[in-house]
Amino acid sequence: MSKRKRIVVVGHGMVGHRFVQAAVERGLTETHDIVVIGEEPRPAYDRVALTSFFSVESAEELSLLPGGQYDDPRVRLVLDTAVTGIDRKDQVLTLVSPPPTPSGVELEDPGTVSELEYDVLVMATGAAPFVPPVPGKDLRNVFVYRTIEDLEAIREASQTAKAGVVIGGGLLGLEAANALHQLGVETHVVELAPRLMAVQVDDAGGATLKRHIENLGLSVHTGVMTELIDGDDDGIVSGLKFKDVEEPLEVQMVVFSAGIRPRDALARECDLPVAERGGILVDEQCRTADPHVFAIGECAAPDGRMYGLVAPGYSMAEVVVDALLEGPGTFTGADMSTKLKLLGVDVASFGDAFATTDGALELVYSDAVAGVYKKLVVSEDGKRLLGGILVGDASAYASLRPLVSSGIALPDNPEELILPASRGGVQLGMPDEAQVCSCNDVTKGQIKEAVAEGGEHSCEDVACVKKCTKAGSTCGSCVPIVKNIIEEHFASIGKVVDKGLCEHFRLTRQELFDLVSVHGYRRFDDIVEAHGTGRGCDICKPAIASILASQFNGHVLAQETAALQDTNDAYLANIQRNGTYSVVPRIPGGEITPDKLIVIGEVARDFGLYTKITGGQRIDLFGARMEQLPAIWKRLVDAGFESGHAYGKALRTVKSCVGSTWCRYGVQDSVGLAIALELRYRGLRSPHKLKGGVSGCARECAEARGKDFGVIATEKGWNLYVGGNGGAVPAHARLLAGDLDTETLVRYLDRFLMYYIRTADRLQRTAAWIEQLDGGLDRVKEVVVDDALGLGAELEAAMARHVDSYFDEWKATIEDPEKMARFVSFVNAPDVPDPAIAFTTERDQIKPADPDGAVSLGSTIPVGAPGLVTAGDAR
Amino acid sequence: MSETYQVVCPVDDLEVERGVTALVHGQAVAIFRTHDGEVFALGNHDPFAKASVLSRGIVGTRGGVPFVASPMHKHAFDLRTGRCLDDDTVTVPVFEVRVEDGMVHIGGRKQKVA
Repeated sequence: MSKRKRIVVVGHGMVGHRFVQAAVERGLTETHDIVVIGEEPRPAYDRVALTSFFSVESAEELSLLPGGQYDDPRVRLVLDTAVTGIDRKDQVLTLVSPPPTPSGVELEDPGTVSELEYDVLVMATGAAPFVPPVPGKDLRNVFVYRTIEDLEAIREASQTAKAGVVIGGGLLGLEAANALHQLGVETHVVELAPRLMAVQVDDAGGATLKRHIENLGLSVHTGVMTELIDGDDDGIVSGLKFKDVEEPLEVQMVVFSAGIRPRDALARECDLPVAERGGILVDEQCRTADPHVFAIGECAAPDGRMYGLVAPGYSMAEVVVDALLEGPGTFTGADMSTKLKLLGVDVASFGDAFATTDGALELVYSDAVAGVYKKLVVSEDGKRLLGGILVGDASAYASLRPLVSSGIALPDNPEELILPASRGGVQLGMPDEAQVCSCNDVTKGQIKEAVAEGGEHSCEDVACVKKCTKAGSTCGSCVPIVKNIIEEHFASIGKVVDKGLCEHFRLTRQELFDLVSVHGYRRFDDIVEAHGTGRGCDICKPAIASILASQFNGHVLAQETAALQDTNDAYLANIQRNGTYSVVPRIPGGEITPDKLIVIGEVARDFGLYTKITGGQRIDLFGARMEQLPAIWKRLVDAGFESGHAYGKALRTVKSCVGSTWCRYGVQDSVGLAIALELRYRGLRSPHKLKGGVSGCARECAEARGKDFGVIATEKGWNLYVGGNGGAVPAHARLLAGDLDTETLVRYLDRFLMYYIRTADRLQRTAAWIEQLDGGLDRVKEVVVDDALGLGAELEAAMARHVDSYFDEWKATIEDPEKMARFVSFVNAPDVPDPAIAFTTERDQIKPADPDGAVSLGSTIPVGAPGLVTAGDAR
Repeated sequence: MSETYQVVCPVDDLEVERGVTALVHGQAVAIFRTHDGEVFALGNHDPFAKASVLSRGIVGTRGGVPFVASPMHKHAFDLRTGRCLDDDTVTVPVFEVRVEDGMVHIGGRKQKVA
């Protein structure tokens, strides 16, 4: 057996981490050992989600490697250690731990020096923020925006700073401005170029973006040069002076976001060729001039060009793993298309956005009043789309970008792709008989009829119109037009379409979710004081309770959230028509031992409960009085059961068929997967109830496609379907991705569920949520599968947080005397059962006595229930 | 109706905006403490659902009116008058409340509020 080779990765950032993941996944560690040298004290974390740092509990939550080590024993991660030299001839690295300070100041402890041999070296040293040589740049309260430590310092400074300035109006600069703005600092953005986001958008687009951002209360200064940063006597920032401008800006903090520079010093020192503008020169396999040395990510310059986005870095990591496996993969440039929401403003830029192609033509639509700017770049003959810019409304991005890459011929009037006509503005001049939905032949007139007050349907939203007229229910491309027709109709009759939650909050659930996330609110009182009015109601309180539970996963009956809970959550059981409750212990995947079945039977018998098998493969125990619940839970918990969350807007069950273990048709272990998924997502609170299913073959005995998420086994892995439900409006789940291995399946599910939890409306199930998303299921695919928003890691981290913090809320309740104190029939007579509750018998089990009939009273109760009598009179 | 007051519990035992049930003169009474510290008592019986559950509803305000939403079908009742805010032909009984020496006293049924 030949000696195992050693790969050394220099740098443990997002790209270095991806390299290791890919190497493990693709079996490179079968033949190679991997050593990763990281300079920072912590393992790789999600730098793209850096702004969300303010809303997470701790730095750990952004971590891409929460355990701190890789599971594969052949990968070793060495942190807090710098590579200070590369001897390419002998293939040896010099390491120093802890790393020397960047300023080069000699430390008393020079660190421990050691050597490490390599067979293959992968440079993933990333980039460093560029700080221009402005006088005052070393004052206190001057920051860059790159690491968790930077953000911690910025947050600290924001406590005392009234105003702050971000130098740099690019993508990252606007992220930083967003962070300052969210921290409550009066925010200025300074950009040397004549416009914001100069790399992605043109002058007109930049101007539109600027107007949007100014409307949010931020100040934007473009085309100005920073001359110096002023400091006070304590050496703290006190102002910013522009060149050729008299009045300085009064600010107490400065954040530099003026671009990044590849960290290529190590390569330069060992004479590896670098690109003119920085970055280690590599070929299409990301190999440097030395065949044993590769470079990936921001420190690399394939074909002389550096890529400051994470997606190309990931591609490079994959290419190198492929090269080491002697695969054919190459990196030949990346799609630098960008679509994002910055400070709530849509910005997209794709393809040849600046019309650099010979003979390229531009088509521009601009509406300064609405703040919308759209530009298409088309080929000289007008037949092909080359690129474009969208600001203020990027809804067309999803349909336009594929036109660039596929080269599909444009329609005869390409301007219609961006004119408001195609977005529905056309209905202003559109006659009622004009066809809106060509799939189902629905006219504008029919849609107007559907929304007409007092009409047959009286629809109020798109979902209802789709259901009643079928418009937009097939390909969905006319949905925006339908939406506009509805809005125009309501506007014409003077009806305000209020998207607020209730009278106490003029905010949607998603907006509230984001506010809670940004501010870290834990109490309803703080939220309603800051963003609402009054004392809340039965609509906003449970909605906020759910948002708090989704984000922080505390006990729903904790002091500060107990009074917010809806009927069932308030007592961790399902209220029934006579005021008693039903109890459902969790039976993951529907699998249960005979001993546990017997326990359920004994509990039901001892407490005199009615039992019924549920549709989710478990057992429901009915007729428990509120004060009996803790004793019932105790019996169940002692036998190893836990809450089944049948009462919550939360994950209910993951139903399964018996799968390949027993079934002669099964191709995968559906029970095993269903149990794993149910245990992973148990306790997850969401906008509405969530159900899952796993079938072991295409016969689909688990009815998985009738669930919010359904998994169906294939010969090669699993197909994942989403957005199904039973109920009044049944929906079949649709395919999100096919032939997945289990790990990828779980990753996509994590992302899907968290994306839903973050953005859905209150009490909106997944089917309706997907329906109303701009782009529908395709949008979900983009976000979950393609990670088009770069949110994937953040969503996964949020789910990991949930999984790690799960606890059984039944057990936690019976162990807490304060919570237990609430489970009494009467505060002044805890031993007296509520006389209003009575049962009769049917088919050998109890059933609620008819409330209109006589109420049987306990003998200790001297008086009847006059409440019942007066109630009857009142009617 | 009895005019005598009955002591039910320390006012500190009432969690803000979370009801309790007390047995007063043989009747189930729902007692609520609002955010501003006021204490209210209604009959516990929800006349729509015909179940004794009002104390388990969510307490809040609707247009400034303190109310409880029945946990059954979310009918809202004015804590001050017992009037149903969704159907003003329906009213639940309201009881006199006094807080003395830190204890909640529940009295007889209030006369109809004009």
